[in-house]
Amino acid sequence: MEKTNVFGVVLAGGIGSRMGNVEKPKQFMEVGKKPIIIHTIEKFVVQPQFERIIVLSPKAWLNYTKDVIRKYIREKDKIDVIEGGATRNDTIMNAISHIEKQYGLDEETVIVTHDSVRPFVTHRILEENIHYAREMGACDTVIPATDTIVASADHEIISDIPDRSQMYQGQTPQSFKAWKLRQVFEALTPEEKKILTDACKILVLKGEKVHLVQGEVSNIKITYPHDLRVAEAILGGEKTC
Amino acid sequence: MLNTVYQLKAPRQFETVFKDIPLDDRHVLVRPTHLSICHADQRYYQGNRPEAVLRSKLPMALIHEGIGKVVYDPTGTYRIGEEVVMIPNHPVEKDDIIEENYLRSTKFCGSSKDGFMQEYVSLLPDRLVRLPEGIDKIVAAFTEIVSVSYHAISRFQKFSHSRRRTIGVWGDGNLGYITSLLLKKMLPDSKVCIFGVNANKLSDFSFADETYLVSEIPENLMLDHAFECVGGNGSAIAINQIIDYIQPEGTISILGVSEDPAPINTRMVLEKGLHIFGSSRSGRADFEGLMELYKENPDIPEYLENIVGTTFEVESIKDMTEAFETDIHKLIGKTVMIWKG
Repeated sequence: MEKTNVFGVVLAGGIGSRMGNVEKPKQFMEVGKKPIIIHTIEKFVVQPQFERIIVLSPKAWLNYTKDVIRKYIREKDKIDVIEGGATRNDTIMNAISHIEKQYGLDEETVIVTHDSVRPFVTHRILEENIHYAREMGACDTVIPATDTIVASADHEIISDIPDRSQMYQGQTPQSFKAWKLRQVFEALTPEEKKILTDACKILVLKGEKVHLVQGEVSNIKITYPHDLRVAEAILGGEKTC
Repeated sequence: MLNTVYQLKAPRQFETVFKDIPLDDRHVLVRPTHLSICHADQRYYQGNRPEAVLRSKLPMALIHEGIGKVVYDPTGTYRIGEEVVMIPNHPVEKDDIIEENYLRSTKFCGSSKDGFMQEYVSLLPDRLVRLPEGIDKIVAAFTEIVSVSYHAISRFQKFSHSRRRTIGVWGDGNLGYITSLLLKKMLPDSKVCIFGVNANKLSDFSFADETYLVSEIPENLMLDHAFECVGGNGSAIAINQIIDYIQPEGTISILGVSEDPAPINTRMVLEKGLHIFGSSRSGRADFEGLMELYKENPDIPEYLENIVGTTFEVESIKDMTEAFETDIHKLIGKTVMIWKG
């Protein structure tokens, strides 16, 4: 297997329990004829720049994740399924530790982190993420905001309406030089860690530059039942090529 | 895998759809890198096909001329990253007499199935041919149309009598340029004369033995054989002019596509005992033969650089539309999309 020093990191979050009447995490719901997470992993499998693909899953769903990958993915040997952490960023740190232990980590190691429930990610988006992570150290996939963003500090009164032309909606992938990301994350105070909503913010908080990669409107995150219907609808046409 | 396909939904209207293509053990995935626009694509894009045809074929991804890089090959036939030309015809049966490109059951990308305007193109390994090392990628993008000329000349060599002193090529566009260039290389002992309507365009045929405006053809000019590369409304005029100037038992190779029937002087076809044959689509053997010809004659791709018109970096539907709109207004030259879609 070629050593590219680029790793795909698929974040399969969700509930950590399988007891009782618990709904199956969205990444295991089917779109077309396959679970969403499988569609997402397939996009990583056909991108030759990935040395390995690391899939992070809640402990309660580890075996299930391994089983569906074994069932659908021919290149299962290229994929490691490991346990995620308590938060999104803890999960990413788990991925970095795994890469370090198994394959070695250096300052140039790139991770492309992606939501398992965004199966419509494209070759271009992945390619540009790898490129800008290598060149700039970090990048975030975004699309220009179409709705006006309204800020309210007390959740009752508008405190600000930022200029929409400067606003973007964040998608994934978010890609980084893993060594640097971990270094900055570990230097954050517990208070700073509390306000993190995503991995890019780790770097932004410390004044590090994060480059923008143009996403796609179709690169949707399948979160609600409505999103599943949208996903089925855009998976168009009877004709195949 | 969820593949992004950029289909023409209606004339001048592209849309993005996703199709789930199987990652099985038979198909190779190619990431298109350079795609070239053909007149046939333009006829769909501009809606210049009969309404019933448009209704039955659209939505469909256009483009049947293109190259790409292999990104996934469970068959082990190609190296990852290897540069290949994609063959647009896809036979579904084998016939001992009829070639794959003329079987009525064969599917053709951008005509009876989605063309190459896709994120990935999934093909059987025998629908790919390796590109020669170092070849100009922009020129390689329109290998398919060059392979059609190669195919027509190869068939001409089978069908025509051996007196091939002078061969005429009607048409001063891209197809005329390609066909006459290949004739000079594949039949070096023949004199190749080009007939066109635009003196400026004819001056680009620097390799030709003679060029003539169709309004100024010498009375005593004699041709053993001829190729028609005009198409459209000019087809009938060109074919009839060829019939006037060609010698008895000559062979006429028709390559230009015409949407309407072309009335031709059948009396003179009969009196002169002419052979007329058509060629439109090439097969794997033609692509392979052409690649060998490129290797033996590195100046062919160099000459073909002269017919590169405009290149566009294409990432969005807006870019695709701009490439097709610009292509409409070109005088000569192929429009090539550097594909990032």
